[in-house]
Amino acid sequence: MSALKIKKGSSSHSAYDLRDPHAEAIERHTLAVVVDNEAGVLARVIGLFSGRGYNIESLTVAETDHTGHVSRITIVTTGTPSVIEQIKAQLGRIVPVHEVHDLTVEGPSVERELGLFKVAGTGEKRVEALRLADIFRANVVDSTLESFVFEITGTPEKIDAFAELMRPLGLLEVARTGVAALARGDTSK
Amino acid sequence: MSKTQMTGARMVVEALKDQGVEVVFGYPGGAVLPIYDEIFQQNHIKHVLVRHEQGAVHAAEGYARSTGKVGVCLVTSGPGATNAVTGLTDALMDSIPIVVLTGQVPTFMIGNDAFQEADTVGITRPCTKHNWLVKETDRLADTIHQAFHVAMKGRPGPVLVDIPKDVQFASGTYVSPKQARTSHYQPQVKGDIETITKLVAAMETAKRPVFYTGGGVINSGIAATQLLRELVEATGFPVTSTLMGLGAYPANGKHWLGMLGMHGLYEANLAMHDCDLMINIGARFDDRITGRVQDFSPRSKKAHVDIDPSSINKVIHVDMPIVGDVAHVLEDMLRIWKSRGRKTNAEGIRKWWTQIEEWRAVDCLKFEQNGKIIKPQYALSRLEALTKDHADRYICTEVGQHQMWAAQYMGFNEPNRWMTSGGLGTMGYGFPASIGVQMAHPGALVINVAGEASWLMNMQEMGTAMQFRLPVKQFILNNERLGMVRQWQELLHGERYSHSWSESLPDFVKLAEAFGAKGIRCDDPDNLDEAIKEMLAYDGPVIFDCMVEKHENCFPMIPSGEAHNKMLLGEASTKDAIGSKGAVMV
Repeated sequence: MSALKIKKGSSSHSAYDLRDPHAEAIERHTLAVVVDNEAGVLARVIGLFSGRGYNIESLTVAETDHTGHVSRITIVTTGTPSVIEQIKAQLGRIVPVHEVHDLTVEGPSVERELGLFKVAGTGEKRVEALRLADIFRANVVDSTLESFVFEITGTPEKIDAFAELMRPLGLLEVARTGVAALARGDTSK
Repeated sequence: MSKTQMTGARMVVEALKDQGVEVVFGYPGGAVLPIYDEIFQQNHIKHVLVRHEQGAVHAAEGYARSTGKVGVCLVTSGPGATNAVTGLTDALMDSIPIVVLTGQVPTFMIGNDAFQEADTVGITRPCTKHNWLVKETDRLADTIHQAFHVAMKGRPGPVLVDIPKDVQFASGTYVSPKQARTSHYQPQVKGDIETITKLVAAMETAKRPVFYTGGGVINSGIAATQLLRELVEATGFPVTSTLMGLGAYPANGKHWLGMLGMHGLYEANLAMHDCDLMINIGARFDDRITGRVQDFSPRSKKAHVDIDPSSINKVIHVDMPIVGDVAHVLEDMLRIWKSRGRKTNAEGIRKWWTQIEEWRAVDCLKFEQNGKIIKPQYALSRLEALTKDHADRYICTEVGQHQMWAAQYMGFNEPNRWMTSGGLGTMGYGFPASIGVQMAHPGALVINVAGEASWLMNMQEMGTAMQFRLPVKQFILNNERLGMVRQWQELLHGERYSHSWSESLPDFVKLAEAFGAKGIRCDDPDNLDEAIKEMLAYDGPVIFDCMVEKHENCFPMIPSGEAHNKMLLGEASTKDAIGSKGAVMV
C-alpha cells in the first residue's frame, strides 16, 4: 500500500487544531485489512480507531485462511480525505497487519451484507411482509404461525431499504453482519 | 546449541544472551521468580535492581538512547507491569527501542482476578509498538527474538512480552535468533528515488533552504549523522533541530542555527517561517514545533523524510514525501546531488545567511546575571563551560523550564549524548535515565539537569545509584516552584499560581547524606564555579542543590496558538500575548 497518494490541497489536523474538522468533505471508504489471526489483533485495530478518534460505520472479521492463520477485517469508515489517509497509514504500521486496501479507491469492488429480520404479524400484514421479502429476494429461514425470520443479502443500502419496509409490518428484531467486500476482477487484494 | 530443551525461565536468560544483552533493569516479584532464579545462576547478564518499575523503564530508555542498542527491563505482574506504563508511553512517543518482560499469573489463572493479576497486554496495547502474551513455552524464545526485532526495526519503539509463571516453569524447545520468524515485519528503508531526485532539484535552486532535523537522524544510527554533516557542509544550508535531534549536527558546527520550536532560538524559528525549501529529516512536525499550523512556514516547499508512513501528512501537508530510513535516504540524496554536479544557488544562500545573521544578532538567549541570586540560565552556562570539554559527557534532563534552558544553553556535538523526554514530557524521567546511561558508560560524566519538583518524582532511585556505585550528578535548579506551570499561570491565568509551588521541600544536602551520597548547596553566583567543580571532582553520586531565581521565565517562547514569527523574546513582550484560543492548547 502507499500512504502517500494524498490529494493536493487536503490539509490536515493536529490534535490541537481548533478548526472545524468537518470543513473538508466527509467521504465513506471501505478498507480491507489482512492480518495475522493472533490474539488481540482485533483489539489493536479497534483501539486504533477509538484512540485516535476515527469513525467505524461497520466492521467484520473472520479467518479467511485457516492454514496460514490469516484473517480479513473489512472496515467501513468515514472521514475527510486526509483522515482516511491517516487511518490507512496507521493501520499499516500495526505489526500483525500484512496489507491495507482501500477498496473505494482501488478500482471497482463489490460489497455485501447479510441481515436477519424477525417480523411478527397476522393477516394482511403477514402477507405483505412475505410479498416484499420475495421482491427483495429474502429467504424465510424460520417461521411460526405469527412470525417470520427473513434472511437478506445485499448492499447496506438495500438492507436499509428492506428494514424501512418491514418496520410498519411488525419488525421485532434485526441482526446485521456488517459489510464484507472484495475488489472486482481477477486480481487478489 | 541450536535446538535444546530447557525451562521457559532459562530460555529468557538464553534469549537475552543471544541478543547481546548485557544489562537488565528490573524489580523481582512473585510472577517472575523463576526468571530471577536463572539470573542468579549466571554471569553474562548484569541485573540492576531499581527502586520502582517506572525507574527501570526510564533507565532502559537512558541506556538505549545513549548506546543505540535495545534497553531491557524485567518486572513482575500486576503492579510491576502497571508501574511500567509511563515509561512505555514515554518510549513510544520518543521512538526508543526497549523490551519489557513482565511476569504474569499462570495461564490457568488468567481471568480469575488472581493475586497481582492485571491484563498487561490489554493495558499496554496502546502504549507499545507491539506486545505479546506467551501461552506456550515452545513459543517463548521465538517471541522474545521477534520482540527485539520489532523494537529495533523501522521506527523503533517499546515492546512488551508477558510471560505467565507456568510458562516459565515448563520446558520447551529453544530457538536461536536466526531461527526466529521475523520475516514479515520488514519496514521499507530505501526512499523513492524519483522523489529524492525532485528534492535534489529543489535544493539546487532554493534561495532560502533549511534542514529541519529530528530524533530520526539519531535513531537511524551513526551513519545517518555522518551523512547529514556531509550534506550540510557540502551544500552550506542552515540546519536546525528538534529537542530530540540535538547532537546529530554539532552545536559548534558553522551551519548550526540552534534548536527550533516553542522555546527554540529566534533565528531557527524565523528561518523555518521564512524559508522557501524546508527539508524535514526524521522529525514529525510536532505541535511544539509548528505552533499554529495554518501559519506554519507559509511560503515553503516542504520535503519530509520519515521511516513511518503515518508521520507523513499527519500534521503538515508536504510536497515531497519520502518514506525511508534517514541514512539510506541521505546516502541517495548525496549521491544524486553529487552526480548532478553539486549545484546550489550560491548567491541566494549567501543572502539567506546575511538575513540569518541579522536575526542572530538579536541574541535571543542573552541574560544578565546581576545581584546575589543565581539565574538558572547562568547556572547552566557555567555547567556547560565547565563540562563541555569533558571527553565523555552525557546530559539527561527532567521536564520543564530547566529542560528547555538545558537545550538552549548546553551544546551537543555528538549524537546519543542528550537524553530527554520530548513527546510525553515525563517529569521524573531524567534521574533514572541517568542511571541507565551511567550503566552503559561506566567511566563517563553523566549529569541530570533537573528541577526540584521533577527530581522528587523518582528520587527513590538514589538507592539504585548508591548500590551500583553509579556516580551520576544530579544538578537540580531549585526554584521551589513548578517553574513551567508557574510561567503558564503567569502568562495565561492571571497570575493565579494554583498549586504550582511545593512547601516542605527536603533539605537536598541532608537527603543526599541520608543515602550516603554527597550533597552540595549553592545559592551564590560567586561560589557557583567552585561548587560545580566540587561536584565534578567527587567520585560518586552527587545531589547539587542549586538555588536559583524563583520567578524566572523561559524565553524565547512562541505562545501556543501563534505562528513562528510571533515569538516572545522577554518579559516586556508578554502582556496579553496569548489569546483565549491559545489558552485552550497546552
